[in-house]
Amino acid sequence: MWLNQFLILGALLFCIGVYGVLARRNGVMVLMSIELILNSVNINLVAFGAFNGTPVGQVFALFVIAVAAAEVGVGLAIVLLIYRNRTSIDLDAADLLKG
Amino acid sequence: MLAAEAVEAVQVTAENVGWFLRNAWIFPAIPALSFLLIILFGKRLPKKGAEIGITALSVVFACALVAGAQWISHVNAADAAHGTTTEEHGGHHGSEKSLGSLGRGVAAAAEGKDAKHAGAEPVETIWGENWWTIGGIEFSVGTLVDGMAVMMLFVVGLISLLVHVFSTDYVHGDVRYTHYFAFLSLFTASMLLLVLANNLVMFITAWELVGVCSFALIGHWWEEKKNSDAALKAFLTNRVGDMGLLVGMIALFFTAGGGKTFGILDINRAVVGGTVSQTALTVAALCLIAAVMSKSGQFFLHTWLPDAMAGPTPVSALIHAATMVVAGVYMVGRLYPVFFQGLDVAGSSFNVLALVGGLTTLVGGSLAFVQRDIKKVLAYSTVSQLGYMVMALGVGAWTAAMFHLFTHAFFKACLFLGSGSVSHACNHSFDMKYDMGGLRKYMPKTHATFLVGTLALAGLPLLSGFWSKDEILAGTGGLGLSTGANGTYHVMLIMGLATGGMTAAYMTRCYWLTFMGEWRGANSPNAHHGHGGHGGHDDHGHDAHAAHGHDDHGHDSHGHDAHDAHDAHGGLPHESGTRITTPLLILAVMAFLATFTNIPGKFSSYLGIPESWTLRFEHYVEPRADYFPKISHAEFSPALAVLSMVIAAVCAGAAIAYYRKVQSIDPLATEIADGPTTRIPLARAAYRVLENKFYLDHLYTGIIAGATKGPLARATDRFNQQVLDGVVNGAASVSRVAAGGLYTYVDQQVVDGVVNASGAGASEAGGVLRKLQTGRIQAYAGLMFAAAAVLAGIFVLVI
Repeated sequence: MWLNQFLILGALLFCIGVYGVLARRNGVMVLMSIELILNSVNINLVAFGAFNGTPVGQVFALFVIAVAAAEVGVGLAIVLLIYRNRTSIDLDAADLLKG
Repeated sequence: MLAAEAVEAVQVTAENVGWFLRNAWIFPAIPALSFLLIILFGKRLPKKGAEIGITALSVVFACALVAGAQWISHVNAADAAHGTTTEEHGGHHGSEKSLGSLGRGVAAAAEGKDAKHAGAEPVETIWGENWWTIGGIEFSVGTLVDGMAVMMLFVVGLISLLVHVFSTDYVHGDVRYTHYFAFLSLFTASMLLLVLANNLVMFITAWELVGVCSFALIGHWWEEKKNSDAALKAFLTNRVGDMGLLVGMIALFFTAGGGKTFGILDINRAVVGGTVSQTALTVAALCLIAAVMSKSGQFFLHTWLPDAMAGPTPVSALIHAATMVVAGVYMVGRLYPVFFQGLDVAGSSFNVLALVGGLTTLVGGSLAFVQRDIKKVLAYSTVSQLGYMVMALGVGAWTAAMFHLFTHAFFKACLFLGSGSVSHACNHSFDMKYDMGGLRKYMPKTHATFLVGTLALAGLPLLSGFWSKDEILAGTGGLGLSTGANGTYHVMLIMGLATGGMTAAYMTRCYWLTFMGEWRGANSPNAHHGHGGHGGHDDHGHDAHAAHGHDDHGHDSHGHDAHDAHDAHGGLPHESGTRITTPLLILAVMAFLATFTNIPGKFSSYLGIPESWTLRFEHYVEPRADYFPKISHAEFSPALAVLSMVIAAVCAGAAIAYYRKVQSIDPLATEIADGPTTRIPLARAAYRVLENKFYLDHLYTGIIAGATKGPLARATDRFNQQVLDGVVNGAASVSRVAAGGLYTYVDQQVVDGVVNASGAGASEAGGVLRKLQTGRIQAYAGLMFAAAAVLAGIFVLVI
């Protein structure tokens, strides 16, 4: 019974994160929304690990946190470069790949 | 005779059969080896290969003599074994040893007629498991040795040896000297193979081989078109008959051979045993007669034989007189039951084989009158004598035919070699009218031997030709003049007697023109063109001769002796060297001695000689076992002998009287200027018919070949122009139309359409899809999440 609450929490965080990624035009906000998605996954991993009585879920969550830190580092660097080129971090304006 | 006794006799002797009879394969093997050696090494040897050929033939001849002696003892042993069981033959075996010492491979003994089945079985040796197997039928290789095979071994061995010796002088210095001797060896090997073949497949192989050798040797001087034409004519005419041999052979294979064997003995036994249908035998016999007609020069396929005289004279003596041309006669003798029963020889008075032979004797004899070329006279005479042999076989006189084959081989080879010797002396010409005459003074040895040959051929008693011819005439049983013959062939007897008269007359003419009177060569139109004196050409100049083609046969070359003689006599004829005269002497002696091999039975009472001295040839050569039909033998008829003698004497006398009269007017004349052939229209017409050889060559080349060739060529042309070209043109236009259609419809529309459509499709798809590429990261992310949601939905719902 207690597993569902964590899964519902993870699902809510995921949905908020997806909304943020799709709807926010600010690049930093999109990166933060990605963090939300990743952390919703972390909640799921830890919940399932605890539920099964194994530390594997928590170890995997630690890996995800490490990778998410690197990802945010790269993401913020990209955003910084976009800002230097355009003096804006509005993602809608960055459409050079438009077909 | 009880069959069991005969079988017993055979078993007694079979273990003691002589080595040469059981291993007869050496006879063809030795000259075949000689052929290879001459071809490979001949040119490097001091005598250019002739020594190999002569050595090989000497060995063959020596072996043939031994084989003959062994065959005689084989027959004697069978007789002796037989004699212990029956009394009536007890007393006839005493003097046979001394007869064997006559020095010939084939002699004879004892009364043949009563001793039926007392003789020896043939020696059959099959070596090798099989030659090849096809359709489950095994074709074996083997030898069949019986009396007639041994007789032929002797004849071929002797004459081939003598011809080899003769040739060393006669073709001395020839361009293709080595090649010539190689082919002589190959021919001898093939002929011996033919003689010894124990089945028909081997037989036809050897038959074709001798044909090829004949072709090669007739065309020995192929630089002249005339010679190569003659070679081709011989080969092609023989092909006509070979077809008959092939068909007849296959017919025998399926009837008498039961579809299992080509073996000559098996076929003969089946025929004698009466298990083969009469119709099949008649068909086979008629097909085989075609083969006899071509190979043995029978009317109306004989035309190649006189033309074959284009070859060197020794070749004519060996191949076209003594051995190869009798292959057809030998074949009939070998398969005699087929002919004897297939043509109903016994008790009849007419059959095809006898008719062919009888016509041939007349045709050959009459054509020999109008020839100016001495070799052509002898060639037509050979045709005529071969006709005698075939006629004898046709009337059932098997032994007479074989005996005539035997005697004819010697005296005709003697005559041919004699004509070679004569031409050697007369500017290499064979023209009796212009280049000969009076040669008896210059060439005593050649003259003597030629005279013996002429007399033997013309039928002088005591010489062999008379006896063999007389036996044939008696064998016809015609006109009630002889007793004991198989049938009553009146027409054949008349033909034979008429030919006997003609033979005497044309041989007198030939002899007279060549040897009597005065030498005409000095005034000859043939004599001096291109020669520039006889000393002028040396032994190595003969390729030049061949290239100039300065006379009819003239590539024969002189030895050094001959040149000396030429120089000494200033162009007069001269006697030939010993290598030419010795073979002549031997053959003349044989033409005389052969008489004694078959003295008629009645002479034992006339002259008091032992009965076992008579009819030896018949005793040893004629098979008496179960593979030979029971033929009856005609008795010697004094009336018939006298009649044929008188006819020959009258005709020869008339010819002599004619030429004496001619030469009493002018010693150099050869005919009366205003003779019957110029005065009487009928005689003139007859002469013209003969001169044109009964228009047979016109018939073949002009009418048959011409009538076939022209329309055939036109039809072929039309076929070519209309059918073949039409097909080709049609195919081309069809393919042009098809190609056009292909281009317009398939290439332009289908292929290009597909290419264009795929381009256009890609372009439009791109136009549609480019709207997806917004370049906005969030649009991509939205798509990604949507796709992930769809996939997750599928994952959850479906799986």
